[in-house]
Amino acid sequence: MADTSLSRRSFVKTAGALGAAAAVGSLAAGESLLGGSVPQALAEGEEDRIVWSHCHVNCGGACVLRFHMQGDEIKYVETDNTGSAEFGDIQMRACLRGRSIRRWIDHPDRLNYPLKRREGTKRGDGVYDQISWDEALDTIASEFTRITKEYGNEAVFIQECSGVEQNIMMNSPFFRLFNLLGGEVTRYGNYSNGSLNFGANPYTYGDGWGRRSFKSLEEGQLVVLFGDAVMDTRMGGDGAGYDLNVAIEKKGVRVIMIDPRRNDVAINKGAEWIPIRPGTDAALIAGIAHELEELKLTDHDFLKKYCVGYSEDTLPKGAPKNSSYYAYIMGTGYDKVEKTPAWASEITGIPEARIKQLAKEIGEAKPLFVAQGWGMQRHANGDYASRAVMLLPQLVGQVGKPGTNAGTHEGNTGFPLPTLPTGDNPIPEQFPNYLWVEAIKDGPSLTAEEHGIKGGDRLKSSIKMLVNYGNNMPANQNGDINFTTEVLRDESLCEFILCYDVFMTPSAKFADIILPDLTPQETYSLSAAGEMNDSLGIWFGQPIREPMYERREVYEVCGELAKRLGVYDEYSEGGLTREDWCRKLYNELREQVDGLPTYDEGVKMGIYKRDVEIDRSVDPFIKDPEANPLSTATGKIQVYAPELAELAKAWKLPEGDAIYPIPVYFPGFEGPGTQTDERPLQLTSFHYRAHTHSTYTNNEVIQKASAHQLWINPADAEPRGIADNDYVNVTTDRGTVHILAKVTNRIIPGTVALPEGGWYLPDDNGVDHGGCINTLTSRHVNPISKATGQQSGICQVEKAKA
Amino acid sequence: MTQYGFFYDASRCTGCRTCELACKDYNNLPVEFSYRHVYEMEGGGWQQDENGQWTCDTFTYYLSISCQHCDNPACTRACPTGAMHKDENGIVSVDTTKCIGCGYCAMACPYNAPHVSREAGHSMKCDGCKDRVAQGLEPICVESCSGRALFFGPIDELPNAEERAEVAPLPTVDYTQPNLYIKQCPNMRPSGSTEVHLSNLVEVN
Repeated sequence: MADTSLSRRSFVKTAGALGAAAAVGSLAAGESLLGGSVPQALAEGEEDRIVWSHCHVNCGGACVLRFHMQGDEIKYVETDNTGSAEFGDIQMRACLRGRSIRRWIDHPDRLNYPLKRREGTKRGDGVYDQISWDEALDTIASEFTRITKEYGNEAVFIQECSGVEQNIMMNSPFFRLFNLLGGEVTRYGNYSNGSLNFGANPYTYGDGWGRRSFKSLEEGQLVVLFGDAVMDTRMGGDGAGYDLNVAIEKKGVRVIMIDPRRNDVAINKGAEWIPIRPGTDAALIAGIAHELEELKLTDHDFLKKYCVGYSEDTLPKGAPKNSSYYAYIMGTGYDKVEKTPAWASEITGIPEARIKQLAKEIGEAKPLFVAQGWGMQRHANGDYASRAVMLLPQLVGQVGKPGTNAGTHEGNTGFPLPTLPTGDNPIPEQFPNYLWVEAIKDGPSLTAEEHGIKGGDRLKSSIKMLVNYGNNMPANQNGDINFTTEVLRDESLCEFILCYDVFMTPSAKFADIILPDLTPQETYSLSAAGEMNDSLGIWFGQPIREPMYERREVYEVCGELAKRLGVYDEYSEGGLTREDWCRKLYNELREQVDGLPTYDEGVKMGIYKRDVEIDRSVDPFIKDPEANPLSTATGKIQVYAPELAELAKAWKLPEGDAIYPIPVYFPGFEGPGTQTDERPLQLTSFHYRAHTHSTYTNNEVIQKASAHQLWINPADAEPRGIADNDYVNVTTDRGTVHILAKVTNRIIPGTVALPEGGWYLPDDNGVDHGGCINTLTSRHVNPISKATGQQSGICQVEKAKA
Repeated sequence: MTQYGFFYDASRCTGCRTCELACKDYNNLPVEFSYRHVYEMEGGGWQQDENGQWTCDTFTYYLSISCQHCDNPACTRACPTGAMHKDENGIVSVDTTKCIGCGYCAMACPYNAPHVSREAGHSMKCDGCKDRVAQGLEPICVESCSGRALFFGPIDELPNAEERAEVAPLPTVDYTQPNLYIKQCPNMRPSGSTEVHLSNLVEVN
């Protein structure tokens, strides 16, 4: 430190090290821990080596990262600096998460060696012994063989891999391997948008029809967003939030944002916020629909020509009288309640006058862009809320045309980069993703008519082997963690749990064997530009350095398993490496897409990107609905879905749930209005900039700048004696979280909100000090999609000791 | 002397903290302190009517600041050794060979810019990424901003650099003549306003 020949930069770096014991670059082979997250000072005059890679987490952003390397040491990280930096032009600039990745990759808590749960300890205790790769791989191979022999391949399940999204590999090597050996039971749907894609879209548009991006917005038009927090979820320089900000500034677009929480969308641009109680969106839509009729602004011509079941005369054959949406809002429907703005105001908490004004604004806006985020549809009535928001632009004929969006999530495009082919899985049964815990507990009790099992009447087996690659779902990102961990702890249920990750996550602590992964930046990671962004690009991610310690990447490791299980040649197509697959799959893309560089040129460039073509067309269905029908049962937009009327008769539902063919409002499990004296507050959750789901939550530097807190309105905090930054206990019927409160006007009174992604950290009394929302959430599923309803909840909040 | 400074287009800022974290990465700062901060300011409130319905006139804005490389810096005036000084580009930085780590600069600065590192034994602060600027690059925070809200350069060459940042929670510009120029966003309140309060203390202290 006293060497005065150090440059200013190196001096600052050294000074900032603050007690780091050893530097990454100076570790001797066999040392067991990184000494610290901070690189050592650089010698004078040494050159940077720049390596291109990308962020890989499940935000849908996949922003570009440029690593400044010196030997094996990451000096610092930059991002896309190619092309024009002008406002409105696209640079795929990484957000705070990607810009902090150095400390995450070189975090002292990284997993370095294969681990085996110590004999005599329970799952969840987190006590492990280091073992050799050979022992780990032999154990996994023999457990796979034993379990498939004893229970069939139906007893093997591979989880989502939310922590390693957005490259050609993800967890595909496990599917590829197991499919060569008889397959595995699979899931359908996901935690992100299961209601939207399995409860709403199929019955409304047939598929994701009518989505357009914010880039397609027109001069001066109105944008209405329902819980669409694009600036909290994907903050990168090619994300939807950026596109929206550009449209506001350059095109004078006006944004109204409807959300229980004042999210970050266009916050400094002063976008209007209409606070709404969680889970009441369908009531708001009904009130608006009623007022549109009053104002004679409903587009009846559109609804007659393109839609089924708004009015009695467009109901499909066999639909009962007074089952139309019009009957529902006018008080002649099944509940005989008129859905006036006053009725909607009572439920939503939005003043009646504002609902009326909103209806007028929406009725007069041409074009009108309506989009929904995914939080709303993760409520217990999300199937309906999602369909209801889709209905809003239909009411005024604002779908399928320039400057519109079909009320679904905003649109995006991307290069169709293929991923590692996984082969054919001979096991037909699939369960809704959210029900994997129940599939462990008692798989055969899950049936088609009660739990939405597809490909068979019921599951043939319970899950006996769980493969959990790059994923913190088991004991963190899944509803009711106290229940889930109880199921996982029981070794007579799931007999073998494999976790393969970069950190000892709360979920990893429930594994029998843990494997240490490379991060995608430490290996070849070919990726298309952000899957949720309206952008075109390919990132030719190269390894920033040779693997350290005994960390190994997933394709190679599954190859080692394939050797032990006798299918290596088929698995590897005669010995292809991960890099070979990057080249091969990229060449397949080049055959589909004109103008791309060769793979080798791409690697030299680091990234390749180009402008998207903005959709300003009128959709073929709108031009001629008879000649270009939608893929719904009726070929039209379904306000009334005849399939749902059938499901309502055929399916068994828990008490309190119901299936309706139209997007009605009902509170649902622990929904709005179900509060009690003991649980007087609604509880909801949101995605936060400080982490992507639970990835990066352990990167302290980000958490300091963007704190994980319970958001509570002063009106709810003051009577409880809670001041800003006090510790509180939040309690539901499932558990208690101990966390710092943020007393803020940015949340509607009567509702509190906790970001998802905190790491479950129970004390001896079971109180979670890690801020994990799923200590509090339930396992209730939506009636149609069987997707998660975990964002519905009722709770109490009390001041606590620090 | 050329005077360098920042221009901040508040209307483009999304409060994402990328500027702060990119700076912390590049300068390898510890968790405990940052050269750049994002203030979250709240105003307005909620009112309940006779039917129990809530209405609100609440508003929020973000403000990203670092050292303003002031014309008349409080830190250089307070520094007993001359370690804290302005260079030929108007950049205020620490001569670590002269700094005794007394902390007067940190106490004097109304922008919370300098920090004394006990480990390093001296004051540390934003130096406008002078090494990068010398190479023709932008400061790391400017180049990181996905919303294109930050600019840096000689102040007479900055776009729209007409108004110094006289906005809450910053002090009036008369105090140090900060070289932070601003395009205000719709909800901003002037320095000294009691209509807004800081709502993210734990993130910026």
